[in-house]
Amino acid sequence: MKKIGLIIQREFSTRVRKKSFIILTVLGPILLAAIMFLPAYLASLPTDERIITVLDESILLDFEKGKDEVRLRYLPPDKFDFESAQAFSEAQGDYAFMHIPLSEGGDPDFVARNTRLMRAGDISISVESYLENTLEKYLQKEKLKAAGVDPEIIARTKTKVNLRVINTDEGLETENAAIIKMAIGYVAAFAIYIFIFLYGAQVMRGVIEEKTSRVIEIMVSSVRPFEMMSGKIIGIGLVALLQFTIWISLGILFYIITVQLFIDPQLTAPSLSAGAGANNAVVDGLMADNALLGIYSSLQSIDFFGIIASFIFYFIFGYLLYAALFAAVGSAVDKESDSQQFMLPVSAPLILSLIVIIRALDNPDGDIAFWFSMVPLTSPLVMMARLPFGVAPWELILSMVILLISFVLLTWFAAKIYRIGILMYGKKPTFTELLRWARYKN
Amino acid sequence: MLRAEGLHKSYGDHIALHHLDLAVERGSIFGLLGPNGAGKTSFIRIINQITAPDSGQLFFNEEKLSASHIKKIGYLPEERGLYPKMKVGEQLLYLARLKEVEKSQAKERILQWLKDFQLMDWKDKNVEELSKGMAQKVQFIATLLHQPELLILDEPFTGFDPRNTEIIKKEIQRLRENGTTIIFSTHRMESVEEICDSIALINKGHKILEGSLIDIKQQFRSGHYDLVIEESELGTLPQGIKVLNQESIQGKLHLKLKLEPEDKKGLLQYLSTKNLHLFREEEPKLHDIFIQSTAEE
Repeated sequence: MKKIGLIIQREFSTRVRKKSFIILTVLGPILLAAIMFLPAYLASLPTDERIITVLDESILLDFEKGKDEVRLRYLPPDKFDFESAQAFSEAQGDYAFMHIPLSEGGDPDFVARNTRLMRAGDISISVESYLENTLEKYLQKEKLKAAGVDPEIIARTKTKVNLRVINTDEGLETENAAIIKMAIGYVAAFAIYIFIFLYGAQVMRGVIEEKTSRVIEIMVSSVRPFEMMSGKIIGIGLVALLQFTIWISLGILFYIITVQLFIDPQLTAPSLSAGAGANNAVVDGLMADNALLGIYSSLQSIDFFGIIASFIFYFIFGYLLYAALFAAVGSAVDKESDSQQFMLPVSAPLILSLIVIIRALDNPDGDIAFWFSMVPLTSPLVMMARLPFGVAPWELILSMVILLISFVLLTWFAAKIYRIGILMYGKKPTFTELLRWARYKN
Repeated sequence: MLRAEGLHKSYGDHIALHHLDLAVERGSIFGLLGPNGAGKTSFIRIINQITAPDSGQLFFNEEKLSASHIKKIGYLPEERGLYPKMKVGEQLLYLARLKEVEKSQAKERILQWLKDFQLMDWKDKNVEELSKGMAQKVQFIATLLHQPELLILDEPFTGFDPRNTEIIKKEIQRLRENGTTIIFSTHRMESVEEICDSIALINKGHKILEGSLIDIKQQFRSGHYDLVIEESELGTLPQGIKVLNQESIQGKLHLKLKLEPEDKKGLLQYLSTKNLHLFREEEPKLHDIFIQSTAEE
């Protein structure tokens, strides 16, 4: 055991002292946030403004301005005809030209059939559907008017609904926090995913490095292969844990600062004590004004302690499980480029889990979510995605027990391959050979 | 010191060691010889407890080999290396502590060794900055820091330049004088003849020969003799002596003879009256013994 301690110490200290560790610790949260939210952010970015020249001979659109990146430029029908308007649009370099013809006898269907949108090239789907919706809206209004409905009534009867969703599960009426729960589940699962890949790959690279530098030959005469493998996995795991602790602390610090700066403590105090009676009406009114406070009160309904405790469990055992497999892969090859073939079966369950959590977040109690949160190689991610929504204790315990048992079995199997692999050079082994190694006695 | 009894090891269909019996005497330099793939490395790995034999037993100081012996054995593998990104001093300390040497004691010994091998200036340099020869010296030091009773050197001289080879050879001799038992595994015969006390020759997992170098040479005596004599003086050799080769160089006759031991006395009597330049028994070369024995297999 003392030797494992020495190995852990070496693996830990050589990595923590590296510049790359410090850089990653600082930049990690930024990178992680970027990987998770960049696609969504990019999609929401305003694109270049697209000007659509409109020649509205029916004065149908009521000079609607456009929305987001689409802006409508109206040309006066008394000064422009179709040809000159189109020429103008092209001369201005506008995105597209829309012609709404004068309807004969004010027939809206004629306008619907004969309105044309022109552009040299393809038209973006979002622009096209926006224009179609707008036309439909105004044509419907025209038809209602023709049927004798007062526009005033149309405007007055327009209603906006913000459904008030209440979760009755906990016996009290907490605010529904589905979005927040999804976010927490996604972030937790994604964090485990990133850590397994990042640090699992480090384990593999460490093993390959020991093999190619042939230091392994010297090591095996002092240390048992299993001690080497577990020392390396635990040492690197501690690096991951340290890094993660730093990140979590930064996150909590950020959270506290946000609460202090943006949420009035006098408002949060009564909302925390359930049924504060007299003040409630006032608080409710004020709460609506404060979006952050809404999020804050939603967070109150989530069992953070349980989630964090489970996260640590799945984080540690998910990592240990995969790291053992990565170590076995590393031991089987001589150089990193040869590892691809074996990486695929090891990383496939991880990638699959990432796909499954999308379903699990939408339907946390569905069959798919349930089964994948039991299968050991996918459970760390999928269970974390389900947890914020509440999972029956027996399911959680069963999943954890399955993970623990598989951890023991898979590590034992990986160690058998590792033990033979580290001393084998030359030809890249096949899967059958790996299985044969696992059967060797000693 | 070390005794193997019926060691057997196979990998799938391939038999690496075939019921091997061997004994290594305390304080000797034991040459473990054999062509590539003979089973030398398999045997060494069993001694180091990297692998276990399928059957048979190994005794260290008459005790059954166990994990407690690991710290008494030093092993310099043929293919060897160090962590490239670790400092020389740190690396030696790490390896010594894995062999259960106390930290302070290990540090002391490291300094001494680095001084002896003129590597002090490199103590805080990364291993990747060392030349190949220096790195090999560091590896050699690493195998000795825990002062092993048994030292196993697998092809220790490959990659060493002649100067470093001399340094290492001297070090090996010194260790032997201090009582260390050394197993020296190689397929290069020159170095064996120089430093080994006894040898074992293995091929395809079988032991072919074992014994002291002197005994083995005795066993492989060919009965060939070199004789150089004045050309005019030879006359007729006594009965039973075969001339294998005869050559005249500057008035001297160089002969290669084959004779049975009982004929030697008669020949010497005959030659005692002649003007003799040289009469010597041809010593069997280990190289030839090696070739001859492995070919017989």
